[in-house]
Amino acid sequence: MSEKNEKDWPLWEVFYQPNNGKPYEHAGSLHAADAENALQNARDAYARRNEGIGIWVVPSNQITASTPEDMGPFFDPASDKPYRHPQFYSVPRAVKKRS
Amino acid sequence: METQQQLDNFQARIDAGEKIEPKDWMPDRYRQQIIRMGSQHAHSEIVGMLPEGNWIGRAPSLKRKLVLLAKVQDEAGHGLYLYSAIETLGVSRADLIDQYLYGSAKYSSIFNYPTLSYADVCVIGWLVDGAAIVNQTKLAQSSYGPYSRANIRICREESFHKKQGYEMVAKLASGTPAQRKMVQDAVNRFWWPTLMMFGPSDSDSPNSAELIKWKVKLNTNDELRQHFIDRTVMEAEAVNITLPDPDLKFNQETGHWDYGDIPWDEFWDVVQGNGVMNRERMKARREAHENGAWVRKAAQAYARKKKLSREQAS
Amino acid sequence: MSTDTLTTQKAFLKYLLRLADDRLILGQRVSEWCGHGPVLEEDLALANIALDLIGHSSALYAYAAQIEDKGHDDDYFAYFRDDYEFTNLQLCELPKGDFGFTIARHFLFSSFSYYQYELLKNAKDEQFRGMINKHLKEIKYHLRHSRDWVLRLGDGTEESHERIQNAFDEVWMYVDELFYTDDVDEIMIASGNGADVNSFKDDWKKFVEDTLTEATLTIPDWDQYMISGSRNGMHTEHLGLILTQLQFLRRSHPEADWK
Repeated sequence: MSEKNEKDWPLWEVFYQPNNGKPYEHAGSLHAADAENALQNARDAYARRNEGIGIWVVPSNQITASTPEDMGPFFDPASDKPYRHPQFYSVPRAVKKRS
Repeated sequence: METQQQLDNFQARIDAGEKIEPKDWMPDRYRQQIIRMGSQHAHSEIVGMLPEGNWIGRAPSLKRKLVLLAKVQDEAGHGLYLYSAIETLGVSRADLIDQYLYGSAKYSSIFNYPTLSYADVCVIGWLVDGAAIVNQTKLAQSSYGPYSRANIRICREESFHKKQGYEMVAKLASGTPAQRKMVQDAVNRFWWPTLMMFGPSDSDSPNSAELIKWKVKLNTNDELRQHFIDRTVMEAEAVNITLPDPDLKFNQETGHWDYGDIPWDEFWDVVQGNGVMNRERMKARREAHENGAWVRKAAQAYARKKKLSREQAS
Repeated sequence: MSTDTLTTQKAFLKYLLRLADDRLILGQRVSEWCGHGPVLEEDLALANIALDLIGHSSALYAYAAQIEDKGHDDDYFAYFRDDYEFTNLQLCELPKGDFGFTIARHFLFSSFSYYQYELLKNAKDEQFRGMINKHLKEIKYHLRHSRDWVLRLGDGTEESHERIQNAFDEVWMYVDELFYTDDVDEIMIASGNGADVNSFKDDWKKFVEDTLTEATLTIPDWDQYMISGSRNGMHTEHLGLILTQLQFLRRSHPEADWK
């Protein structure tokens, strides 16, 4: 493990904000020696074509991700709560047409 | 051990068109195939920088210099996206690179051909990138999520590569006698190696069936090759370029272009390492890697020192 | 200098060519890294820097052609002049060396450019000013990139420290030329389109010294022998070889269209 870490610079996840007011999106990952290096590399690797107006870089090992086993307990309960979604509610036809 | 139940469930997900994500259960063999194919793809992008990079310094106008440099830079980017995609499977980039610089991992043989004239880089843009797009458009639908996403990103960028190549081929083909000669010569040399890029015929491709079953690949080598030929014949005609295959003929029944025998002996030769530029390419890549070792180490050492001094300060 | 009176127009042309030549030749050098960088991410960064530099040169040459008004274009200046007609700094033509040399040179050049462009961004000439402001953003990035690397290499490992120190020692005799001025500069400053480089010389020196000190490097001797003459066509022999490569194809087929 440490042997591997020695050979590669640490891995970072890159997020960018495509436009003003939009949420940040995951772009991909890259290797960098430190945060500043990661930020600059992210600009060169993932924002060469004006893809974003803001960049976040996060050390990959700092991300805690759900596992496939979490899928049931995490997400299934949400699927039987239709009242959280706007489609659950009916709107008079006349209003629908106007919008 | 993998149980039949696990394998069946996995296959059912694939058949339902689901994407497989890094933490999902997958057969070990699937993991290996993604690593093999994806890293080979990544290595190809990186070695692919060399033949075109050969002409950056000599590009015949400032505009063409910028275009070529931007294109070769994109290839570095594509290599990076692909390595990142493969790294999600728990292999390190350093190990992947070791495997191709010092081990037996392969990259696309097309890059073992030399670029002898500036027209070569134009033809590479048209034919080689054209072939790559055919491949990658399909790989963008690949079942492994990170690999599929990397290919989507690549495809978005790659169409500029082909377009600039074709534009330049058209310009050369209608240019001075020297330019016309240059571009036809380049097409003559690159046509067959480009067709070989799709890999051996289905009957000689040991991995194909499994890759298709798991939707890592969506089409056979021969299907993709045919698709590429059908498209390219028209493009060649449109700019008065002759494709060096006397057997090219439209087949009314199949609706496809029939083509002559691909020189597979040459293909296997080059794959085995016996091409004009094989050794040069590996040497160049090894040198870059080895000459860069002190830089990579320095950055790590500096980052460690800074981290330590931050920790001591707090 | 020639006995011709240097008109404002001629001075502007020369001024633009000096700026453009620096960027073309350095860009050509940096582009040599493409495919050979120390790590993939850095390959991308160096290619970006080369793209910026060559892009800047192309814009400056195009404007020079407009000022010259003889029907030339940007390519004319890049492809159809000889060594002695190029007025780039010798600093820019030196071989790319190892990564340390590339960084040391780029740090010196981009920090100088930064100060210079900070003055030029207020130029009277609208088109020139627009160009400078656009390029300045990229120069800031080059400076940030090269400065960070000076720190990493200087304060990294023993080997990197030695290499970047050697690079600065080697390149030092080429820095005085950054501050060369003649009647071209005088006319440009008088017309509101030039930067008085000597006005920021001390600031620049301090910035360089501070960075080298932070990087635990020894500042080479400012009073050592310094080369001169580039702005009037004096060059090392490296330039001829760069131009041989850069120009050969275009010159072999002067009647052909490559745009």
